[in-house]
Amino acid sequence: MRSKLVSLKEAVAGFIKDGDRLVIGASLEAAIPFAATFELIRQGKRQLDLIAPISDASADMLIGAGCAGSITGAWVGNVSGGLGHNYRRAMEQGIPHPLKVNDFSNFSLAMALMAGAYGMPFVPVRSLLGSDITQSNPDHKILQNPLSEAPDPVVLVKPLVPDVAIFSVPRSDVFGNAHFWGSLGVVQEAALAAKSVILLADEIVEPAVIASDPNRVIFPGFKVKAVAHEPASQYPSPMTGCWKRDNAFFNDYHQRSRDREGYLAWLEEWVLSQADHAALRAKLGKRLDELRIKGTALAAPANFASE
Amino acid sequence: MSSGYSTQELMIIASAREIKDGEVVFVGMRLPITAFGVARLTHAPNAVGLFEVGIARFEPAKDMLYTMSDPPNQLNAAWCTGTMQVMGLLQGGQVDAGFIGGAEIDRFGNINTSYIGGHRQMKTKLPGSGGAADIAAMSKRLLAIMNHEPHRLVRRVGYITSPGGLDGGDSRRKAGLRWGGTGAVITDRAILKPHGEDGELHLFSIHPGHTADEVKKHTGWDLKDHPDQMQTPEPTPIEMDALHAIDRDGFWRS
Repeated sequence: MRSKLVSLKEAVAGFIKDGDRLVIGASLEAAIPFAATFELIRQGKRQLDLIAPISDASADMLIGAGCAGSITGAWVGNVSGGLGHNYRRAMEQGIPHPLKVNDFSNFSLAMALMAGAYGMPFVPVRSLLGSDITQSNPDHKILQNPLSEAPDPVVLVKPLVPDVAIFSVPRSDVFGNAHFWGSLGVVQEAALAAKSVILLADEIVEPAVIASDPNRVIFPGFKVKAVAHEPASQYPSPMTGCWKRDNAFFNDYHQRSRDREGYLAWLEEWVLSQADHAALRAKLGKRLDELRIKGTALAAPANFASE
Repeated sequence: MSSGYSTQELMIIASAREIKDGEVVFVGMRLPITAFGVARLTHAPNAVGLFEVGIARFEPAKDMLYTMSDPPNQLNAAWCTGTMQVMGLLQGGQVDAGFIGGAEIDRFGNINTSYIGGHRQMKTKLPGSGGAADIAAMSKRLLAIMNHEPHRLVRRVGYITSPGGLDGGDSRRKAGLRWGGTGAVITDRAILKPHGEDGELHLFSIHPGHTADEVKKHTGWDLKDHPDQMQTPEPTPIEMDALHAIDRDGFWRS
């Protein structure tokens, strides 16, 4: 096997094109690879379709920076702050440019990714019945269940196949075999559905470490095209066992992005003026160190011995 | 408020009372997660909390949560899994109740968190459904938490993100939703519950310090009285102790 280790800059330049359908984190509020969000902005990627049930404020930042052409998701905002100001400006005033929204709920998006992963032509759900999500997103079709004789409407959801899915993970080997734990959101479905996967690993470990616990591998290494060693790539979101959430950062972003000028100043300070993620870590310094989880609450080992 | 509890604390306790012992409840964030904790410590020690990110908990998290994915919510969880598994249980009819909030709710309990003014003539873009549409459609009983203002409690929402009773009567069943619907709407002034053949929301319980007239004046439709109308009981010392045991920093006290 060949090492897939690259820099974040190389991964974003080499594997992500303008117009790609992109998953940037898929566990709603945790382990969102903001380092990739910031690098996409620095590289000036355009017309991305951002696929996620919720990726905290990542989508709002990309919309403001002019990188997003469309949203395929259930929720865009700032989880602890509230509304996404850039999302509102784009939708209400076309600033910096208009945005298309493909409306989903969390569950229907999970199901769409599952259908994409497993080659299903569509997936039936009941959850969008009665919701105007089937009106604002005409891709969702309501149909009588052909297996039922009684009236039984179901919603058919189209499969979703992202071009690239990017995840922050606590540890990976250089071949892209990785461990991920805690709540999973739709990480597994998104990784299995995507044409390629990029990992930002907090720590690079020996392959034997990953192989010792194959149940903590939630998608196989052969899906992974590139691995970047990037500590705190999920900053300011949390990652179980590694990092706490920087609530103040989200709050500050919420306040400063209220108007366009404030957002642009925020962008310059936190993204554009940083050469890379290492520069951001250096800028954060002690603030980042205080977010590192230093305690231990270890899981009991699981025995995989064969005799 | 002079009576030893804040409006938000009263809303938490009113919400906690809606959770029955042994129920599996989608608790979401902020107010409901605290309500779940109060219910567990008082009348519902066997309730189970579900989070759409893929977490089930018996005990509420020990530390303050800003999001449901925060590390304290992972530590000693009953189950860490995916969105598919916990929301799949919803679709399977295995979740008793679910809490959601909203910007706008109408007299049949339909909730809009997507497009104020509707998606064709949007005035304001709100964040969207998240898991709310799923919870509203598929939990056995929907509990909504709202601030009680006339522009929030409207006759008809411009866009239904999360279905309540749709057009009233049997329209929810006709749309294919086999169970569920609004159980209660808990506001900062009162509790509304559906009543009558069409299931319109009626004024069920008036919080201490508020009057029926005032509640009606702050409602965007002609709010009728529920035949079993009551005063929301004051929080008991046991409930307040439970709340203080969870909200140790007094986040909800002011």
